[in-house]
Amino acid sequence: MTKKIGDRGIYSLVSRRSLLQGGAGLIGGTMLSGGISRPALAAEMPPIGTWPDGSKGDSVFIGASVPRTGTYAVQGEDELKGYQLAVAHINEGNELVKQISPKTKKGVLGKQLKLGVADSAAKPNEAVQAQQRFISENKAVMITGGTSSAVAVALNKLAQREKVLFVCGISGSNDTTGKDCVRYGFRQNFFGQTAAAAITPVLVKAFGKNKKVAYMTPDYTYGHTVTKSMQDNTATDGWTTVTDQVSPLGAPDFSSYLLNVANSGADILVNVNWGHDAVLSIQQAKQFGVLDKMKLVVPYQVPFLARETGGLMQGVYAATDYWWTLEDKFPLAKMFNAAFEKEYGYKPEWGAENAYISFVHWARMVEEAGSFYPPEVIKVYEKEETIPSLVGDVYYRKEDHQCVRPVIIVKGKEQKDMKGKEDYYDIVEIVPGKGLMQKPDAFGCQLGDYT
Amino acid sequence: MRSAASSATIPEIDATQAPRADHCRQRRFAYFHINVIAKGRRFGRHIVMVNWANFVSQVFNGLALGALLALISSGLTIIYGTLGVLNLAHGAMFMLGGYAGYVAYTYTGSFIVAVAAGSLFVALVGILMERIIIRHFYDRPHEDQLLVTFGLGIVFVELARLVFGSQSQIVPAPPLFAGITSLGFMFYPTYRLAVVGIIAVALTVLFVVLYRTRIGMIVRAGIEDSVMVDALGINVYRVFMIVFGIGAMAAGFAGIVNAPVVSLTPGIGDDILVQTFVVVVIGGVGSFPGAVLGGLIAGEIISITSMFNPGYAYVMLFAAMTVVLVVRPYGLLGTKGRE
Repeated sequence: MTKKIGDRGIYSLVSRRSLLQGGAGLIGGTMLSGGISRPALAAEMPPIGTWPDGSKGDSVFIGASVPRTGTYAVQGEDELKGYQLAVAHINEGNELVKQISPKTKKGVLGKQLKLGVADSAAKPNEAVQAQQRFISENKAVMITGGTSSAVAVALNKLAQREKVLFVCGISGSNDTTGKDCVRYGFRQNFFGQTAAAAITPVLVKAFGKNKKVAYMTPDYTYGHTVTKSMQDNTATDGWTTVTDQVSPLGAPDFSSYLLNVANSGADILVNVNWGHDAVLSIQQAKQFGVLDKMKLVVPYQVPFLARETGGLMQGVYAATDYWWTLEDKFPLAKMFNAAFEKEYGYKPEWGAENAYISFVHWARMVEEAGSFYPPEVIKVYEKEETIPSLVGDVYYRKEDHQCVRPVIIVKGKEQKDMKGKEDYYDIVEIVPGKGLMQKPDAFGCQLGDYT
Repeated sequence: MRSAASSATIPEIDATQAPRADHCRQRRFAYFHINVIAKGRRFGRHIVMVNWANFVSQVFNGLALGALLALISSGLTIIYGTLGVLNLAHGAMFMLGGYAGYVAYTYTGSFIVAVAAGSLFVALVGILMERIIIRHFYDRPHEDQLLVTFGLGIVFVELARLVFGSQSQIVPAPPLFAGITSLGFMFYPTYRLAVVGIIAVALTVLFVVLYRTRIGMIVRAGIEDSVMVDALGINVYRVFMIVFGIGAMAAGFAGIVNAPVVSLTPGIGDDILVQTFVVVVIGGVGSFPGAVLGGLIAGEIISITSMFNPGYAYVMLFAAMTVVLVVRPYGLLGTKGRE
């Protein structure tokens, strides 16, 4: 009889209950759950990755590798603030967390979260080394990192190999949950493809059909996939590429690229560069008179870009994950903004929002699973349950582990229209996510195994 | 064949989304179109920006880029040539010049004061660094010298990050040089034109100091053979300190002069440092004229390559360095025994 229970494992709670009712009685029942079902559990859930070692104590460890130096330092630091706020909120059982993860009390499954931080400098090898350490030495139950999709893709592979969940940070490449997707990776912010699909109709409406476009593309997975998605989406309206200026990450000067752009006869400059590359290339585009001749578009918004470029984003369209004025529409956004501003003294940008919500979503999934056992947590994500976020209801697609969430189209406000110093953008449109999504296998996603 | 294969990966848009339906129908055509472009690129028919106007623009721009690299590299090369220390903190000194100038500009609003403050501050940092730390490393292995200067570089960068944060800071160009100038064949930022002139003057001053003064003669003698200079009764340590100060000052000066062209971040020197090494290697280690020549060559390589394929602009720089190392291992104007 006990053997039979063991065979059915942990999934047979109902039949176990009927079995108990059938014969064993109360004492026998206690004995069963205490003495017999545990070996049964162990048989079904052999140790995997850092489980169960990582969640044996009264706290669990999360490894974060964000860029704190280099081209993406500003965005990485911002991301980190989002993670730190999420960890603090989850540990104290903050009201905002409970709205998103109703089962949360304090911590995750009663365990406090500890966040380990390493500087990735936006370099995949440094991120992987740091995370490898967090996994082997600290028994991290979850790792995160991003800002550079190159890092995200590398950590995807590490997560799948080590069987530790990777909750992706900022990463806009189509590869992250496309060609390089993994069973152990999840992404909250959208594909470059999704951004392109959302912003194209707005751009065509604003600028018209049949435009000549110059692209500026950072030379790695994010840049190439976002540029291709923009080219693909706008081609139907007759937008053609007259030049594509590919530059290395952290280029110290954009003059030679901008001269090519200036001489290309383009009507529109789509700047895919990110982080400080975006800041510098836009400032220098102004110096070279390119912004007077062409309309600038930033398909994937960069946190702090409007602050750092000092007015150059006025009238510029961008697709983004989040902008703080969404709080007028979403009560959870309002709670988040208030908490963030209280802690850090300024309005959060999308890097922090993405970090925060992706952690709270993870906490919810673990609470729902009732265990840190990674395959169970993955299966909860894969239920495609509709869950709250700071920008309305969302869900994670089971085929590619991509969050299906709205894309926010913003337009830089003119100086005279700004109400307050952080009022940089108008919300042009909140485009629902579902209609923007390509088929899950469009970019060749093969998730891989659970164990 | 290729278009058929990739059409299988077309992202399908939900057809129930009425406003996007026509978008959807044209998608296949769009993919074909993009494919043709992509294919062209693959077979070398990339949309190349080669035309007469662009070529002249890029040659000119290469000169401007090269001038800046020449100035920074000359500082690095005279320090290495005289002291035998490869200063890996040189990029950080470039950065410090920018920030010191930025602070001065914030308080005074004067660009000239900013340039003076940036240069002198870094010269002072260089002199202190030589007296307090580097001096103890002359007799130690090269690896120790590399490590200590590399470490100092990190300290300088992180101190700047601590004080100013990672967000970029802007030093505007002086009003006299604001705006854009039409050169007939192209429009070019007026300040960048001015930078070419400013750097030409700075390099000339450096040339005069090195080749027309007594201290310059001693420095050049030190580059050739510092042991002999010492044997002639000249206080070599004092010369070393001055050289370190001058080299650092060149970097600091370049940092503040370049500040209005870029925006300041603590990491601004890191990428420049790598290029500076390439310049020094191409020009010849320890050679001042070599640094100038190497700088101009590097600037032209970056600019002209970008016209054909921008993705290779910086790659070609390293390719050129490799070729130089194979053909002339001591650099174009370097000589054996200086290294």
